[in-house]
This record gives sequence, structure tokens and C-alpha cells, in this order.
Amino acid sequence: MAYSDKVIDHYENPRNVGSFDKSDEGVGTGMVGAPACGDVMKLQIRVGKDGLIEDARFKTYGCGSAIASSSLVTEWVKGKTLEEAATIKNTQIAEELALPPVKIHCSILAEDAIKAAIADYRKRHGDAEPGKKAVNE
Amino acid sequence: MKLPIYLDYSATTPVDPRVAEKMIPYLTEHFGNPASRSHAFGWKAEEAVEEARAHVAALVNCDPKEIVWTSGATESINLALKGAAEFYKTKGKHLITMTVEHKATLDTMRELERRGFEVTYLNPRDDGLLDPAQLEAAIRPDTILVSIMYVNNEIGTIQDIPAIGELCRAKGVLFHVDSAQATGKCPIDLASLKVDLMSFSAHKTYGPKGVGALYVRRKPRVRLEAQIHGGGHERGFRSGTLATHQIVGMGEAYRIAKLEMATENERIRALRDKLLAGVRRIEEVFVNGDLERRVPHNLNVSFNFVEGESLIMAVKDIAVSSGSACTSASLEPSYVLRALGRSDELAHSSIRFTLGRFTTEEEIDYAVEHIRVKVAKLREMSPLWEMYKEGVDLNSVQWAAH
Repeated sequence: MAYSDKVIDHYENPRNVGSFDKSDEGVGTGMVGAPACGDVMKLQIRVGKDGLIEDARFKTYGCGSAIASSSLVTEWVKGKTLEEAATIKNTQIAEELALPPVKIHCSILAEDAIKAAIADYRKRHGDAEPGKKAVNE
Repeated sequence: MKLPIYLDYSATTPVDPRVAEKMIPYLTEHFGNPASRSHAFGWKAEEAVEEARAHVAALVNCDPKEIVWTSGATESINLALKGAAEFYKTKGKHLITMTVEHKATLDTMRELERRGFEVTYLNPRDDGLLDPAQLEAAIRPDTILVSIMYVNNEIGTIQDIPAIGELCRAKGVLFHVDSAQATGKCPIDLASLKVDLMSFSAHKTYGPKGVGALYVRRKPRVRLEAQIHGGGHERGFRSGTLATHQIVGMGEAYRIAKLEMATENERIRALRDKLLAGVRRIEEVFVNGDLERRVPHNLNVSFNFVEGESLIMAVKDIAVSSGSACTSASLEPSYVLRALGRSDELAHSSIRFTLGRFTTEEEIDYAVEHIRVKVAKLREMSPLWEMYKEGVDLNSVQWAAH
């Protein structure tokens, strides 16, 4: 599999690997994928009092492009509001990493992981934003 | 020590320098067409081709007249299966093979199905071996041929070819064996085996790519419908000018294999066992396929909670292959490991190491340490490993399959 330099860079020097304490009040956790399909992504966001995502962590079981996709999105979500983070599209991830067509599902999984982490955060904060239904539920 | 270390000898082997040396004069000096009967150039080439044929026959203990040159094992398998099916189609329309065969066999069987034949695909037991009772039950009055590989290319398991041969002969069914991975690893004695057709490759046994052979039994005689026409070379079985230099290479490679296989296999077995002991010190490692009935140079293991393609990317100092979906175009994990009853997870996490003539102890020591470090790094990154360490039963989790 011929990967772009960006995939190789994220794969070899993954950003923000690790875990936050799930029970921490400011943390939202999203886990997507399935072991049987060959990829599972866990993405966590920590939201500050100002409503901005101040930090993010990931752990991924999967191929090089799955690891690179999740590493990339941990960088992208930082400093964004939840609404802004929710607009990240898989096509942007795929384009940035120049993923081959057979690996597009990795970027879709990364997009789903962000949405799942945001949904988890919102669910745990009840009606932090009344009237807005959590996505991906 | 040169990096990367080659541990993919079942994909292909380097040409032994002794083989390459023997081939070269047949490109430049003795370039004659072995079919040219009218001059010394042709005679010289023909002599070399016949000497090579004798070497191939000697390794597998058959008559040189029973060896037909082809372009490789894939062509041999095509000729054996299509040739026999077409010739014997008035006798029956049914063939039997296994689900863990090489694609050369499976895809040829699919083509025969399109041509109106019926094929039964038998599953192996969990150790990778064929259950003879299952084969016996599958043989029907209209069965014309059974095709089983001697040694599996992914897991290295050795089928009980003598027993399967006896069964086929007793039932009056032709028996083809794909021996691409077996030559130089298993002693093959066609004088005692009840095998009618056997396919060989040169490049898995330190010969060149682009040449192979098909054994076609003479007593009792096996007939085939030729698949390539144009001149009637090779007693009509396979037309086309013989590739003298390639054939010389295959002959020399097989001659060396016969001489050295006994000592070579013991040396390789010791290295493989060292590699196995090394990777077994890592937690949650599973060997795929039976360890006893296996060629000495193969080790196929699954590193649980680490995905195969990412592991292959990580262990870039060693050249290995994976049963992971992500290394194939289809995104399906290894059909061989799935047929053994391995879970998708473990199939995705598998790595095949195949050692060979030029593998050294120093390389194995390096490989073990390299793998240990990289598996640990990837597990640190794996949410599944984290859950496993927290005591979560991964089978109890509701995964969102995608």
C-alpha cells in the first residue's frame, strides 16, 4: 500500500495518543467501528468552561490510514466549539491525507468518532443546549 | 546485517547464485531452440532441457517423461484441472477441492463451474488439515478429480497426501496435488504416492520466476486436453518454444534441493523455533494452523489487539506478509484463517513469517526484538488492548459493524 507522506508522518508520530478519564465531567468519549471489521477508533474530547474543545486524545486499532485519520482529527478539533467540530467532513480528512479510494472508510470512521464524542459530551451534560438533539444517536 | 530482513520466502525466493550462474550461458552462448533438430545449437539446448527434466524428476522420484514444462505452478494447475475436466467430462462433471487452496486452484475451479462442472469445496478442520472421512463422503459416482495442495501457502500445514491418494485411487478418482510450496521442504516420492497430477513451481525453491512443471502420470495413464496449442511441444500437452535458460534454472534449483534439503530444513527449523519462542514471550499471541504437521520454514501467528497492516507498516525492518484485510484489495481478512474457524479479529491480526536458505540467526534475533517493541507500541495505541487490560470482555461489547 503506497501511502502519502502525511499518512506515514501521522502513523509514525501519532499526535495525542492516550486516554482521558471517561468519568471526568468535561470529557466526551466516542468509540466507533468493530474489531471484526479491522478497525476501532476511540476519540475523546475535553471541553473547557468556555465551550471550546481544549484537548483531545485517541486510541485506534486499525490500519495505517485509520491511525493517521484519528491522529489528524485530534489536531483539528482542538480550539473548536462543538458545533464547529461537528462540521468536519470525512472528505476533508481524506483530502488532507490523500487517502487511496480503498481507505476512504477510515476517514468516515474518524468523522463518526468526532460526532460520537460530541454526542456523548452533550448527553452527559443534559440540556446544555436545549432544543438541539445530539447527533448520531 | 542488511535491512530490511527478508522473511517472505513463501511469496518467492531469491535465485540461488549457483542457479543463476548455470542459467547465464543459456541466454548468450547456448541460445538455440531446443526444438531445432537440424544443428548443434538446437541439440545443445535440448540436451540441457532433458538434463533439467531429469533433475526435476529425481527430486520427486518419477520418470522424466512424466514431466511437462510450463510457465509456473498457476499454468500447471490450470492445465491439470481444465485439461482433465475437459478430457474426462463424459465420465462425470464433479470435482472436489478445499476452501483453503491457493487462488490458482480456486479461480480455475470457478471457471470450470462456469463451463458447467460442479465443484465441492471442503472446509478443513481447525488445525488446517483435511478430514479424510469428509472427503470420502463427498466423492460421488460422477466425481472425476480431487485437487488438494500439499503444503498450504499461508499456514504451512502439510496434508496427508499418501492417505488421500489411496482413497482417491480406491474410488477411481483422479488426484491432483499442488506442490508449489512443498518442493525442497517435504520429501515427495511419486513412485509410492497414488497421485496422478502434480504441479510445481521453480521460484519457491530458489529457481527463477516464469517456469514450472506438471507431472502427468503414465502408469496408469492420465490424459489431458491441451490448453495451449501451437506446435505440439511437450508431447502435445503444452505448445510453445521452451524457455531453455529458465528450465535449466529450475533443474539446477531442484538438483540442489534434493542434495541439501535434509540439512537445510533442520537448520531452518531451529531458526523458526527460535522465532516462535521469541514471539511467544509476547502476551496474547496465537499460532495459526497445526505446529507439528507443518513445513519447518513457516510461522503464522496472530498478535491479538493489533491490526495486521499497521503491524506490517511498523515492522518495516522485516519483510513479511499479513492475512489482514487491509493488505488485500478486497478488504476481506484471510479466507484461509477464516476457514480454520479463526475469528475475524484474529485473522486481521495475523502475520506470516517464512524463513529460507539465506536466513541467519542474527536476523531472527533482530526480528524478535523489532516485533516485540512494535507490538508494544501499537498496543499502547489500541483501544482493544486498553479494554482487555481493564478486564472488559470484548465479545460482550455491542460493536457498530460498518
